[in-house]
Parts: sequence; C-alpha cells; structure tokens
Amino acid sequence: MKLTLHVWRQKGPDDSGRHERYEAEDVTPDMSFLEMLDLVNNRLTETGGEPIAFEHDCREGICGSCGMMINGVPHGPKSMTSACQLHMRSFKDGDEIWIEPWKALAFPVLKDLVVDRSSFDRIIQAGGYISVRTGSAPDGNAIPVPKEDADAAFDAATCIGCAACVAACPNASAMLFTSAKVAHLAHMPQGQTERYDRVLSMVAQHDAEGFGNCTNHGACQEACPKGISIDYIAQLNRDLIKATLLDRPE
Amino acid sequence: MQLNSGVPAGPIADKWDNHRFEMKLVNPANKRKYDVIIVGTGLAGASAAATMGELGYNVKVFTYHDSPRRAHSIAAQGGINAAKNYQNDGDSVFRLFYDTVKGGDFRSREANVYRLAQISLNIIDQAVAQGVPFAREYGGLLANRSFGGAQVSRTFYARGQTGQQLLLGAYQALERQIAAGTVEIATRHEMMDVVVVDGVARGIVTRNMVTGQLESYTGDAVVLATGGYSNVFFLSTNAKHCNVTATWRAHRRGAGFANPCFTQIHPTCIPPSGEYQSKLTLMSESLRNDGRIWVPEDKEEKRAPRDIPEGERDYYLERLYPSFGNLTPRDIASRRAKEMVDAGHGVGERENGVYLDFKDAIERLGRDTISERYGNLFEMYEKITGENPYDRPMRIYPAPHYTMGGLWVDYDLMTTVPGLFAIGEANFSDHGANRLGASALMQGLADGYFVIPMTIGNYLARVSHQPVPTDHSAVKDAEKDVRDRLDRLMSVNGNRTVDDFHIELGRLIWNECGMERSKEGLERALRQIPELRERFWNEVRVPGSAADLNQSLEKAGRVADFLEFGEVMCYDALTRVESCGAHYRVEHTTEEGEAKRDDERYAHVAVWEFTGVGEAPNRHVEALEFDNVQLSQRSYK
Repeated sequence: MKLTLHVWRQKGPDDSGRHERYEAEDVTPDMSFLEMLDLVNNRLTETGGEPIAFEHDCREGICGSCGMMINGVPHGPKSMTSACQLHMRSFKDGDEIWIEPWKALAFPVLKDLVVDRSSFDRIIQAGGYISVRTGSAPDGNAIPVPKEDADAAFDAATCIGCAACVAACPNASAMLFTSAKVAHLAHMPQGQTERYDRVLSMVAQHDAEGFGNCTNHGACQEACPKGISIDYIAQLNRDLIKATLLDRPE
Repeated sequence: MQLNSGVPAGPIADKWDNHRFEMKLVNPANKRKYDVIIVGTGLAGASAAATMGELGYNVKVFTYHDSPRRAHSIAAQGGINAAKNYQNDGDSVFRLFYDTVKGGDFRSREANVYRLAQISLNIIDQAVAQGVPFAREYGGLLANRSFGGAQVSRTFYARGQTGQQLLLGAYQALERQIAAGTVEIATRHEMMDVVVVDGVARGIVTRNMVTGQLESYTGDAVVLATGGYSNVFFLSTNAKHCNVTATWRAHRRGAGFANPCFTQIHPTCIPPSGEYQSKLTLMSESLRNDGRIWVPEDKEEKRAPRDIPEGERDYYLERLYPSFGNLTPRDIASRRAKEMVDAGHGVGERENGVYLDFKDAIERLGRDTISERYGNLFEMYEKITGENPYDRPMRIYPAPHYTMGGLWVDYDLMTTVPGLFAIGEANFSDHGANRLGASALMQGLADGYFVIPMTIGNYLARVSHQPVPTDHSAVKDAEKDVRDRLDRLMSVNGNRTVDDFHIELGRLIWNECGMERSKEGLERALRQIPELRERFWNEVRVPGSAADLNQSLEKAGRVADFLEFGEVMCYDALTRVESCGAHYRVEHTTEEGEAKRDDERYAHVAVWEFTGVGEAPNRHVEALEFDNVQLSQRSYK
C-alpha cells in the first residue's frame, strides 16, 4: 500500500507547529500503525530528515504510552483498539491519514506527537489509592469480595491511562479516567474507608489541572481502547454528591 | 572480585528470620537522613520506593517513562504464585521453593529461593489490601489456577492482566508516598551511569530526556530496578524501550554480571508476520492449560487446520511427555516447537509456528467458560493476526521473554559494588537457568516490598558516609564520560539507522545464542559482534540534537550498550559447557534430546568482571550448594 500522511510536527512547547506531508510506501496490511510510522521514520533518517517523535513502548495495548489522533479520532478507526494494536489492514491503498497529538490544555505538547500527561499522575496522587502500609495487610482471604464486585472493580481498573478519553471529549474532561479509579476502589470493601474523601480530592485535582467537566457526550467511552463505560462517571457523581452532603468534621 | 553470598547460617526455614533479627536497624528518626536512589518504577522499583518512603527514608526514584505506570511489568498476563495452599492441594512454602529450584534446573541459590517462597504469602495479602482486583470464586474468596507446569493451583490472577493490576497497586502506593513527600520522582530521566566514590556507589548520572541536560544525583545507596535485557535479541516480547544500559553501565563500574546466557524463550508468542516486525507479542502461558499444541504430520500439508483429520495431527508434547503434556516447562515446550518448525512442520503462511487449539476445550467447557478465562487474549490475538481463535487454532512460536541472568547480588541483594543494589529482573538471584511461569511478578514484588527495605537498612546502619556533592570529581568524571559518548554518537553521521544495527545484532544473537547454542556458533558470534560494533560506530546516523527530546539518540545509546553486552552473553554461553534449563548446548544432551547438566563442573553461578570493551572478560564463580533439594535430572515424561 501507498499512503499519504499529514503529520503534526512541533519542535517544542513554544513552537506553533504545522502539518507536514509524507508519502508512506511499501506499507503492508499486517503492519501495525506504529510499525508503519517506524518505516516512515527510518526513511526520514536515511534521507537526512528528523524522525517523527511519538510515544510507544509495550506495543501490545497495555502500557498506555501510545496515543495520537488518527484522522481526528483518538487511536484511529477501530473500536477498543489502541494505536499500537491498530493494523494497516484497517486502511487501504491511497488513503490520506492525518496524525496529530492529543489536544488538551492540560496536556502541553513536548514534541511532535508527544504530550505531557503528568496531570494524570497528580490526580492519582490526590487519592487514587488505598492507604495501606507494606506489611500491615491481613490475610488475603480475610475479606471476602463478592465475585460481581471484584469483576466490576476489575472492569474499571483496566484503564491504561492513555488519555484518549480526554482527547475525544469536547470539554477535554478527564472524568472517565478519574471515575475509573474512583469506581475501581469504591467497588472493593478495602476501598470504603477513604471512599468519600477520595472522590472529593480526586475531582478537585482534576479541576485544578485544567480539565473540563463532563457534559455527557459519551465520546470518551467510544474512544477508550479498554471499553471503560461512562456508567462510572455516573457512579463518581453519585459518590461526589454524597460526599459533599456528608457531615464531615473538618 | 569477591563473591561472598552472605547467606545466613541455620536451617533454611529460619535463615531469613535469623537474618532479620541479626541485622542492624536504622533508628526511625535517622531514616530521613539517608538518601536512597532508585532507578526504575516497575514492580520492583515502585514497590521498593513506596515501602522505603513509608519507612521514612528519603527516596528519589527515576524512570525514563512519562509515568511509573508504563513500566513493562504492566504487560505480564498470567499471574503470580504464592504458597497459600488455599486450594488444599498439597502446596507449601517448601513445595514452592522446591519447584522453583528444580524448575531453574538447580542453578539458583537455595536460601534466596526459600525466602522468596516464604514472602510469596505476604505479597498476596499486601496486594489484596491495596485493592488489586484478583479473580474471585462465587463465595468471594480468592481463585487460583495451575500455571506453567505446576501440579498445584497456586497462581493468583486478575484475568489476563495480572501484571497490570499488580503494577497499578504498586504505582498507587508510590504516588501516595510522592504526595506525602517521602518520595521524589523524576520522570523522563534515563540513567546513564553510576557514580562510584572510593569503590562505593554514591549516585547516578541521568539524562533529562526532554531538555537533553545531564543531571547528577548523589545519595547513600543506589538501587537498580531496571529490568531485563531480552531486547538484545531485537525481537522479543519486551517493551520497545527495555534495555541493558543501567545494568551494563553498573557492570562497567565494577558490578559482576551473573549468568548472562540464561535467557528465557517463551513458548507461546505470536510468530512474526514480516520483515518490518518491531516486537513480538506474548500469549499467556495459561492458554496451555486448555489449549492443545499440534502440528500437521505431513510437511506438505496445505489444508486449513480444521480440515486436517485427528489422525494426521501430531500432538507432540502430549506424545513426548504423557504426564505433563501441554504443560511442560517453558524451555522444553519452546525447544520442541523449534524442532517441529525446523523439521518442516511449521504452520501459517510463513510456516513459522505451531497450532494451539481450543476446539476440544470449547466442546468440553463451552465457549462462555473459555471466553471468561481467555477472552482478552483471544481479542488481542485477533487484533494482531486478523484470525479468530474460537474458530481457528492460534499460531504460536517461541520468543525471548525474560532474562534470568542479571547483576550478581548477595543475600541482601547488593552487587559486588558496595552500596549498589539490584532488584527484580535486573538481578540474577532466584530463577536459576529457567524461570517458572507466574514467578516474575512474585520476585519483583518480594524484592521491592519485603527484602530491599530491610536489607538496605542493614547496609546503611553500618556505613558512615560523608555527603558527596554533585561537583565531586567522581561525578564530574562520570558526566564527562556520558557527554563524550553522546557527542560521539551524534557525530558519526553515517547512513544507517539505529534499528538497522539492532536488527542485525538481534538476528546474530538469536541464531547463535538463542534457543540452541553450539561452540562453533558462539565462537562465530564472538568474531562477528566486535565487527558489527565497529561498523555501528562508523556508519550509524543519529539525527536531531542531543539538547532536545531525541528518541533516536535514546535508542542509539541503548543499542551501543547491547553491542557490548552481547559479547559477554556469548562468552558465558561458550564457557558453560553443559546444558541446563534455558541454556541448551547442542553438544550436551540426553539421548531423548533433553538438556544434560554437568553438576560436577557447573553447579555454580558464573560471574563476569568487565575488563574493557573488546577485551575478554574475567570469569568468576560462586559455587552453589544444595542441602535441601536433591539434584536430579528434570523429568516431565
């Protein structure tokens, strides 16, 4: 296959950036999208150009490093598939592909397709954990967890932190990400003690990072490569209302 | 090079307890006066940083990722072992210990492995308390499965994403400590060198990967949790950025490298589909619990797999190993697959795989049960290959996956450089010549949560350090070395890409030091690697600038280190004139074609000392003593 790429190139956070056009030749259907970019980058290197910077690592859809807008859609056209798991069989000869970084105020571009997502770590720091010191845990079977709860917690916990949800959202909201962690821990008996403090702190940090609020577009769950449901946002909102109304001593 | 394992005296079951009692403790009020540097934030690094932060040490942790949650521990699928015996099927700490030593083909240190088996119990408790959503039974208790050749069900799992869930548990514990101010993190910083002052590790030199600036940090101890080196093969199941640089730089500064030739080839990966292949994807070994492995008997077979009648299929593992069948250990399953493909029975368009078939399991258990157990793996397979494993058997082939070798460490996990520790896959300690399935997560977390936080105190309480300022001559010298090397990489200005050299090195190591090794092949590799290295330094092209985010430069530095490291791997394989576990020397096999150990001459750890690039390294040995396990020929017939 031969494809025409329009790739966002930006030298650094202060550069205004622009689309540049590249021809990708000798692309085969079994290649992953990132292998197609490898091919383009190696040609660029050999011909004296500078390769396109993009993040990737595990290339099996679990580390959450990769992520880019592909024809305006986070991670490209295939549902429940991160960019590294997208294969070129989803495209056809002669296609034009527009490739851009995540666009959100809270994600400054570092270079080309690489953005700074450290705001996600700070949301977790605000309360996305259960406070348990190493060594102080009771026996693993001391607290039975109903299978349905464990499964629901797991479904929320599969979030890979790629930030496609933010990129898809017209408000650049990170509510799907935040709610996935809130819901994961709220479904476990271990997570109850800090449940309401957690939701308040995490949402406060979410807002402080400059993410917008959720207005129920649902674009995030469409974009999520792990199929995380916006039901978790509803759950977050229930917990948030309850937390706000709870009589909590200062 | 002194190799004192420091294994405590006493019966094996009491060693760790005795040692913890005899250790010097750091006064709680003094802990914050000690600066501990940790490199890497996978299972081992994140759990170590979080726990040492909780204890009160002043911890500084570094990762080359944008977030600690990206470390490759996240990709582990199958599970984590623990000798809980929740299934009442005869498991015990001793059995897990025994299985691990035997599975490692008697090339690991008994005392370390026993401690690992003991600690396995605490890891599960810790992870559950953190909210790790392990699989549960309907009664709400933890579920287990049997995994990778174990005859008891001791593997805890979170669907096919156990590594992800355990890493997120450790990551969250780490982020909690960062918020509490006990741990400071530097993301997008790559360790480039270790700073050694008067023979003691006192700091590191890092490169800020956004600005390109070199930044040095000093402290009282340095812990490397930097993973394994499977990417020396170029194609492996490791994430693309996994590399040997941190451990190799430590090695160059005096840390002995143990058993570098012990590299595990995982039997169930998706075969390469073309020349552009950038990495390989593992399909969890748990699939072998229900899938049956076979190849067509006829080498010329062209029919679709479902059209090949039962009588014309060779279920070779079931045939060769009637009692273990498809669950033979990884090294054996891998070698047999290679044998079948080499003999011309390979399947798929490129004839480079064997079938892993779920037809019988689906008939027996129903599609829903199979989907419950392996749904996400089946989806992943379909995304990559475009084939649906419910209807058509998977194609699998072995791929490099894990490295048992690593920096030599004593019982306290300290390398041969005082003050420099190595944990997780970066050390050599627990898996001998072959790692059992679901034991990597166990070891990473054992080292990080429970071993290093204790043993580092034992070190710190015994030393009295003057602070090392970052303008100390040893720091400046290390920085200069790093800068010179980066400048040299930038200035070659040749016409070949870094990937090009990495692919060539990988192919060479895979052919000569992969699943099968021979004297002739290894000697050939030892002639070719220096030539390739020389060509690299004359022909590579690293575009862009060193004072900028430059992914080509990052890659180039790592590949340059692989080009040095590959040699010691081959030296190790050449001088271990026996077969054991994953190290299979074609000259040393039993009549049935199994690995044949030579316990008289090789029941030891080989530890390599760096003598210079292109110089033959020195080989030292740590003799292994087996007081609790009877050495035997592994048999899985």
